[in-house]
Amino acid sequence: MSTETVHHTALTLADHLPALQVLVPFIAAPLIVLFGRRGIAWPIALASSATAFAVSILLLSRVIDGSVISYHMGGWEPPLGIEYRVDAANAFVLLLVSAMSTLVLLFARESVEAEVSARHHALFYSAYLLCLSGLLGVAITGDAFNVFVFLEISSLATYVLIAQGSERDKRALTASYDYLIMGTIGATFFVIGIGFLYMATGTLNMADIADRISEQGSNRTIRAGFAFIVVGVGLKVAMYPLHSWLPNAYTYAPSMVTAFLAATATKVAIYVLLRFVFTVFDPGFLFEFNTLGYIILPLAIVAMFAASFIAVFQSDFKRMLAYSSVGQIGYILLGIAMLSQTGLTAAIVHLFNHGITKAALFMAVGAFVLTAKGSFYNDIQGLGRRMPLTSAAVVVGGLSLIGVPGTAGFVSKWLLVEAALENGWWPVALLVVASSLLAVIYVWRVLEVLYMQPTPDGSTVQEAPMSMLAPMWIAALACVYFGLDTDVTLTAAATAAEGLLAGSTGLQ
Amino acid sequence: MLDWLPTAFLFFLGAAILPLLPRGPARAVLLLAIPVIAAAQVYTLPLDDTLVRVTFFGFDLDLMRVDKLSRIFALIFCIAAFLGNLYAWHVKDPVQQVAALLYSGAAIGAVFAGDLITLFFYWEGTAISSVFLIWARRTEGAYFTGMRYLIIQIGSGVILLAGVVLMYVDTGSIAFQHMELGTPATWLIFIAFGMKCAFPLLHNWLQDAYPAATVTGTVILSAFTTKLAVYSLARGFAGTEILIYIGAIMTLFPIFYAVIENDLRRVLAYSLNNQLGFMVVGVGIGTELALNGTASHAFAHILYKALLFMSVGAVLFRTGTAKGSELGGLYKTMPLTMIFCVIGAASISAFPLFSGFVTKSLILSAAAHEHYYIIWGILLFASAGVFHHSGIKIPYFAFFAHDSGKRPKEAPWHMLWAMGLASFLCIAVGVYPAPLYALLPFEVDYQPYTTTHVITQLQLLFFSALAFTVLMRTGIYPPELKSVNLDFDWTYRRFLPRLIEAIGKPIGAAMQAWSDMMRDGLHAMIIRLYHSYGPQGRISQFWPTGTMVLWIGILLGVTLVVNYVS
Repeated sequence: MSTETVHHTALTLADHLPALQVLVPFIAAPLIVLFGRRGIAWPIALASSATAFAVSILLLSRVIDGSVISYHMGGWEPPLGIEYRVDAANAFVLLLVSAMSTLVLLFARESVEAEVSARHHALFYSAYLLCLSGLLGVAITGDAFNVFVFLEISSLATYVLIAQGSERDKRALTASYDYLIMGTIGATFFVIGIGFLYMATGTLNMADIADRISEQGSNRTIRAGFAFIVVGVGLKVAMYPLHSWLPNAYTYAPSMVTAFLAATATKVAIYVLLRFVFTVFDPGFLFEFNTLGYIILPLAIVAMFAASFIAVFQSDFKRMLAYSSVGQIGYILLGIAMLSQTGLTAAIVHLFNHGITKAALFMAVGAFVLTAKGSFYNDIQGLGRRMPLTSAAVVVGGLSLIGVPGTAGFVSKWLLVEAALENGWWPVALLVVASSLLAVIYVWRVLEVLYMQPTPDGSTVQEAPMSMLAPMWIAALACVYFGLDTDVTLTAAATAAEGLLAGSTGLQ
Repeated sequence: MLDWLPTAFLFFLGAAILPLLPRGPARAVLLLAIPVIAAAQVYTLPLDDTLVRVTFFGFDLDLMRVDKLSRIFALIFCIAAFLGNLYAWHVKDPVQQVAALLYSGAAIGAVFAGDLITLFFYWEGTAISSVFLIWARRTEGAYFTGMRYLIIQIGSGVILLAGVVLMYVDTGSIAFQHMELGTPATWLIFIAFGMKCAFPLLHNWLQDAYPAATVTGTVILSAFTTKLAVYSLARGFAGTEILIYIGAIMTLFPIFYAVIENDLRRVLAYSLNNQLGFMVVGVGIGTELALNGTASHAFAHILYKALLFMSVGAVLFRTGTAKGSELGGLYKTMPLTMIFCVIGAASISAFPLFSGFVTKSLILSAAAHEHYYIIWGILLFASAGVFHHSGIKIPYFAFFAHDSGKRPKEAPWHMLWAMGLASFLCIAVGVYPAPLYALLPFEVDYQPYTTTHVITQLQLLFFSALAFTVLMRTGIYPPELKSVNLDFDWTYRRFLPRLIEAIGKPIGAAMQAWSDMMRDGLHAMIIRLYHSYGPQGRISQFWPTGTMVLWIGILLGVTLVVNYVS
């Protein structure tokens, strides 16, 4: 690159990366339906997801130094046109989503074969890609209304994907229905909030809204908009007590869908929350400070404990993990509520680390469902010897979930405790540690079931196939790798946190 | 040589290679080779230098801080690992072999740790690896004992971590150096060290766990964990006065238990505690002389304690029991083991010309030098006590006393070699202490063999022996009964009858009531939690869609109000 600024008129392929990020899976989805052949659906899905993954790596490598890519969709200048805007924060999320999607797809083939009826396969993968492109779109776009559109694309696809679990358990249908009702209400609140913002500022471009809000200061319309957006997105985040859709949805969805959603969907919702709380609105506003301090913070702490207690008493591995997710989201929200550089870094790192941890664990659940036909503790008891590799992955993921030093989970919890101490919030730091002890209990229960109990007589369970073990172990090893080499995650998260905390000026 | 490789990693490397080798001599040779290489490396390392530094997570971790204090502990750990592995030549169980390597590696790593985070990692490493030596016995009792042991050890690590975090927040430094008690951080670290060091009231894990391990496991266990704690105290809390009194109590109370205990390995565990007391006093005094005493005493102590555990272990290995009441007269068929045991006993009793004599006296002199006369008196009394229960009781009941009629074979050759080597070192240190003194952290200007010193010590020993003889002859000495002496009742009915009963019963009752209350309370709490959080509980049961929507409404309302008023 030359040092002087040159205005390109002809765009190269590399300049179109932001568009490709979303478009590749988005176009592959209808392609699968057009071909309509079941055998070809999975390869197309995998190829497009892998392409998206490659694109996200390229994007992150360009913005990790703190710079920003602004891409004008169709050449229309913002604020009129739709703008895609990539900075460290969302490049990080894009990487997480596309990486997890690719990993889960590698894992999915056998799992989907077993759990979803063959005639739905093409449509299933098509819905999956729509969900993926929706999530990527939410993360990449710089336009508030566009966020809503992509959120709906991903949500609608998610409802379909969850309902596919009805092959195994009819309750997937009610779970999907509940999520449909709740998700729609959440999305409606979100769009009402954006409506308020449009009313107050007359624009939909996020950078533009941020500018105008910081110019005119707060007024009642903006405050109401903020409340609607926080609650609407809070539902997608599964903020306690708006989490009630999540346990059922995760439990009854097909295993690969659960692994994908747990690793990505709530994380993208958290990204939206971050983007609105810190960039679109100015965290300096008193109403925002109060909302975080009096609503998000207590709810985060309640989630850490209540959800963990529920997880302790579960008798289904998959459901236990679902509740543990609600608790872990509590940690992320806690980091956000601290309103400090360290807290925000902790939240973003935990978003990533928890994503890979849960991916590994839910993939292990998928392997158990495939081989032992269930994930209840009495289905999987004594499988530590029958399925040594899967069980060992559960051990690694479980340790990371607890936050044992040397695993990814430790890094983020350490940062969280550090952030709490920085703020002088001693009790909060102790609560983080205390709630980790609950994680010790619920993880230990699983390990006890796997290793300390005898295998039932006549059990013919075999180790899961290599195609499932490989991605599961990639995720499990990632848990260890990111627990030891923290450079990549910490740098990216710190840059992202800095960019977010800079507020609307960070968008310039 | 090998400056770039932390010594601990040598052991970890060995542990990784070991399962790949064929079973049998190849593995045993590896087990012996690793400590030798490690000792050679430690001995040749340049002093007063931090050799390996890695960056972890924004922290600079010093994996190899080599100075004279850490070097002597690392050296004796290497020797102990060698002796323990030689003693365990016959063991074919890869779990024990790997655990022994990891355990000694972690202990050495901890000794070289230049910062508290590294220390924490190795601290937990010693806990986790060592528990397998207990579990390796593969009995249900050993499983639960191991669990209790693990809980205490991990607990110590967690408290250490909490202290380190607070320390980092307070001072911004994670360096492992001298600390002053006073802040919550240093107190937590102090308690963590104290748990591993078996401070009074925190000591039960030691007598619980060590006799429960395998024959060979106990030898390994006895060397590392507590001495690592002594090292940590010497590094972090030298000259902390409270340690003098803690140490003095530690030298005293195990004596009484050791006298009435029947299981000879447990007697040794109590006397281990008593010997630690001497070292803790040395750390508490904190002068150069006292620290030299602590380091040299740890060195000698590891040798003779291992020797004693090995000889009793050999008896256990051959006869299947280590209970005083079932043994006796074994000198006829195990003469070599008997001789080694007596050498160990003479060393721990600090007979002139044996290792204990030249090391323990450093601590005693330091106490007298700093005018702690009462402490000096207690230590003297404790020395007599040691002679009593370890010096006379162990060899007497195992090899002499009434003839049990047992005619076991002599111990296997590798055990004899291990014991012989340890005996040789015990005598060598006692006869010619100069090389040991040269290794000590500070300059030594001390002459152990003066007329007064030798005579005082001999007087002490002879009167102690006389007391034992008189007690035995008159039948007052508590006989070795066939009992499992966990039972406190038995203890105080025989011993100090009224006094302890008067004090102990109410305390025992109160403790019992307290633990009942805790247990019941915990039970009730779990039931309450289950009621609300269990699968059928209010909080986790399926919520109807309407309830979910209601919650959204409530939350939106609250958020709007908060936004409205602020």
